[in-house]
Amino acid sequence: MQPALLRKGRQKINMASVLIDIQKLEKKYVLGGGFLQNRPRIVRAVDGIDLQIFEGETLGLVGESGCGKSTLAKLLMRLEEPDGGSVIFKDQDILSLSPDDLKAYRSRVQMIFQDPYSSLNPRQSAISIIEEPLTIHGMGDRRQNREVSLKLMNKVGLSSEQAGRYPHEFSGGQRQRIGIARALALQPSLIIADEPVSALDASIQAQILNLLKDLKKDFGLTYLFISHDLNVIRHVSDRIAVMYLGHIVELAGKNDLYREPLHPYTRMLLAAMPSCDLPGKKRDAIVRGEARESDDEGCNFKDRCVYKTSLCQTTKPLLKPYREGGWCACHHAGTI
Amino acid sequence: MQPLLSIENLKTVFSTARGEIRAVDGVSVSLASGETLGVVGESGCGKTMLALSIMRLLPPNGRVAEGSVLFDGIDLLSLTEADMRKKRGSDIAMIFQEPMTSLNPVLRIGDQIAEAIRLHQNVPAKEALARSAELLDEVGIPQPQRRVRDYPHQMSGGMRQRVMIAMAMSCHPRLLLADEPTTALDVTIQAQILSLISSLKEKNNMAVILITHDLGVVAEAAQKVAVMYAGKIVETSDMEKLFANPLHPYTRGLIESRPSGCSAAGGDERLKTIPGTVPSLYELPSGCRFSERCDLAENICRQAQPELVEIEEGHFAACFVAERAAKN
Repeated sequence: MQPALLRKGRQKINMASVLIDIQKLEKKYVLGGGFLQNRPRIVRAVDGIDLQIFEGETLGLVGESGCGKSTLAKLLMRLEEPDGGSVIFKDQDILSLSPDDLKAYRSRVQMIFQDPYSSLNPRQSAISIIEEPLTIHGMGDRRQNREVSLKLMNKVGLSSEQAGRYPHEFSGGQRQRIGIARALALQPSLIIADEPVSALDASIQAQILNLLKDLKKDFGLTYLFISHDLNVIRHVSDRIAVMYLGHIVELAGKNDLYREPLHPYTRMLLAAMPSCDLPGKKRDAIVRGEARESDDEGCNFKDRCVYKTSLCQTTKPLLKPYREGGWCACHHAGTI
Repeated sequence: MQPLLSIENLKTVFSTARGEIRAVDGVSVSLASGETLGVVGESGCGKTMLALSIMRLLPPNGRVAEGSVLFDGIDLLSLTEADMRKKRGSDIAMIFQEPMTSLNPVLRIGDQIAEAIRLHQNVPAKEALARSAELLDEVGIPQPQRRVRDYPHQMSGGMRQRVMIAMAMSCHPRLLLADEPTTALDVTIQAQILSLISSLKEKNNMAVILITHDLGVVAEAAQKVAVMYAGKIVETSDMEKLFANPLHPYTRGLIESRPSGCSAAGGDERLKTIPGTVPSLYELPSGCRFSERCDLAENICRQAQPELVEIEEGHFAACFVAERAAKN
């Protein structure tokens, strides 16, 4: 990577304050290699990712299943231990935290999950689910915590009468509201939302997306918003990172990404997106193939790419700056 | 021209511990060869039960209480089980959302397709197997000769859905029921599967019923649309008309609440929402089923159920407000 450009990029980042700085983060999983299998297969779920999340922004992370976006979320929460790289949260390397500091860190960073059915304990009432983080982190006495939790319930659009009900008595959208209230209980600075609306019906999706937007304003939150849905991502994000097989292949401001996508994969995703604004629109001929495994040699996307050249066969493209705040990992970006 | 499929006033009921519910409540649609009908609705609106009623594959506690399903002039509901079995898989085929659970995990792909072929056609096993390789080729699976020997777990989700489609196509069906065929798939795979279904439809002059919760999928792949809400069709028309001029407030809500992104919405723009949730089939409102969530609802909407009426040419909606607006 050109050092001059890189330095310039870093300087800009320092101006707006970086909440979380991810450097060369890696996570490998070894599959198989058991008694009956010939040789283990290594899946590089997160393969050297550099990414910064600025305070107060919503960073959208988009990619198809298996691209490593959920693994990245787990690494940031330290629910998984990375194999390499570092994650700096407000000048603190979270990979070397003591158990007590890790607990404190986790109160600053909270998660909202995809499935509102499996992420709530069926034997706990709504209020006690929301209250639990406060108890675990020893926030206040019982009465104070209950009060805070009731306020949060109202904040996310549930009524106080519903406090004693159990998850099965709520609809999917309401359950997701409980999960959101739980994530807010400790007043975190960063919320990682992993596909928070994918399991919801269309008419409920919009309600939850609006709620997340309102809460961001009211609580001054920063979001890492993970989704496979480019429409949802566009609606919520300020900047968008596109992931493909463990790599970030493009990073851009929302408008740039949709107006002028640089990476062929981003273009393919956009072309594949069903849209009712252009009924009957003919799908671009560039949508083809399936994601397999990351390659040792050359670009991961080369097998599906219509622009590939011999350079792509042999050399891995690096994420380079191409425009104001826009990065792309493609040898031919800007010329295709 | 006589439609290939004509459903009249279909009512499907389920008896449950909490009483009888109507999952499909008086649905009428018709469909000609070479047409794709998109059935859109949220979970629980009865769209899957509509398909299962056509196939006569309802769960044991469900039954069709009223109505008729005319396929090529024959009422499927009056056929004997043996005759119906002959129709299923040959004249009418169905593909499902989850291709993994619809395939037998311990049988090779080729054998499963060959089984479907031999069930309906009197061909030797060897020929059926050769035919399955041809079918895999037709649905765009590379190296079909090798892939027939694969087991389902060796294939990706997109490939398995292609196998399901190959199996459905094995006896040249005239009607294909596709129940959320791309919901479990990634967008780039979804686009490929949808265009595969469309091209097979063109080639074989099939009729397709495409069931989905995603209006975008309908816009891409269907010519006719029926929007379902709580067991009823609330609006139906050509695809273009529906998107250009949605008449029912529910359809409008669905379209407007979609974060389409294409309108270049700024960061602060809020999505329009439909308040509340779908009513439970046990506690349906007495009037229009959408009335509790509708911001246009009037007294009449809470008292009487609107009928599906033709408001513009070929454009039907079940809404008192839309009906009156059209008259004035």
